[in-house]
Amino acid sequence: MPRPPSEAPLLGIEDLAGRRGDRLLFSGLSAVAAAGEALRVSGPNGCGKTTALRIVCGLLRPEAGRVRWRGRTVSESPRDPGWRRELAFVGHHEALKDSLTPLENLRFARALRGGRRASSCRPEEALERVGLAAERDTLTRELSAGQRRRAALARLLLDDAVLWVLDEPAAALDRDGTTLVESLCSEHASAGGALLFTSHQPLVLASAPVRELRLGDG
Amino acid sequence: MATAESFHSGGGAFAAVVRRDVRAALRRPAEAATPVVFFVVVAAVFPLGTGASPATLAAVAPGALWIAALLAALLSLDRLFREDLEDGSLDQLLLSPHPPALLAAGRIAAHWLLTGLPLLVASLPVAVLLALPARSLPTLLGALALGTPILSLAGAIGAALTAGVRGRSLLLPLIALPLLVPVLIFGTLAVRAAAIGVSAAGPLYFLAALLALALTLAPFATGAALAVGAE
Repeated sequence: MPRPPSEAPLLGIEDLAGRRGDRLLFSGLSAVAAAGEALRVSGPNGCGKTTALRIVCGLLRPEAGRVRWRGRTVSESPRDPGWRRELAFVGHHEALKDSLTPLENLRFARALRGGRRASSCRPEEALERVGLAAERDTLTRELSAGQRRRAALARLLLDDAVLWVLDEPAAALDRDGTTLVESLCSEHASAGGALLFTSHQPLVLASAPVRELRLGDG
Repeated sequence: MATAESFHSGGGAFAAVVRRDVRAALRRPAEAATPVVFFVVVAAVFPLGTGASPATLAAVAPGALWIAALLAALLSLDRLFREDLEDGSLDQLLLSPHPPALLAAGRIAAHWLLTGLPLLVASLPVAVLLALPARSLPTLLGALALGTPILSLAGAIGAALTAGVRGRSLLLPLIALPLLVPVLIFGTLAVRAAAIGVSAAGPLYFLAALLALALTLAPFATGAALAVGAE
């Protein structure tokens, strides 16, 4: 059930420039995303997609420009707990501990995020949603790359973060897995969330048009 | 009310980090035991290298024991944050709503539980091996109880600073040693004083003061170093 995006944008990226080492990767990147909208950062390898996502999350400092969240400039105060609670990030690496089970990893992730709210689901339910119910007590090191990816995606369901920032969420996933990513993202958008992601394969979201944000061509 | 709640969830996050680290380490017992085994082995070869005459041994034993403890700590510190950085866990820690210092404190506490505490236990057989007089054992335990947390705390600063550096195998000792050497000095002084039967209060107080300093500063320095290192 697609919802019309609300008036005020949630996420605002203003004239952002990113640097990795000595190289200026991109500059003048601007975009907004309102509730229910999805932005896909695209461009050739090495153009700074991951850097752009990490800057938006506040893990990297922007070379220039600003990131706004609900109108507030968060790129200058990335530690703001209110902003942190509304942000969920799944990066290249799954952030899973090999010697813990997916369930233990998710319980830790939830304890780390703190505040659980009404719409968030329990780690057991999150694992079931991503198709890992049977593997929840298997050590993570024994999981396949695709299963690890699924476990990382389950983290998104633990709390009701409004902005999902996903770096190649469908990497290592099979067709079913890609469909799962699409439906998770689509549900998130139709629940009023916003998405910012990179993906080398196109993701089709039922509830939201995906807007392209091209890097690397000026 | 809001502050009480955030304090509570902060405590929960601290406890969660400690629990996760301890649990993950205990699933790999061989790896978890490495620092203690290293400590015992280094201390055990000292008498072989110095000759086993009781007089020589008595002179070097306190220092040998502390050097072994220091090296064991350095060995385990190298991995303290590197894995977190490589598997993406560090991003999640930094993106949590809690201050990095709190989460760094959790990792440091877990590090002490996994290396400092076993070292305390292992120091008793090692002390016998090095022929330390029995009357110095309480002081030895007290000095280690004060000193090993400092090794974890101050060493964590070095580990956080060097986590992202390639070819860092020598960088960590270079950065951490100046912070750890005072522990070695006062720890050795305390044990030596107790071994010859004089009061060890002075060096123990110094260790306690260093611990207070490290407890208040190291989590913040480590948290800040991690946040910068993630960039």
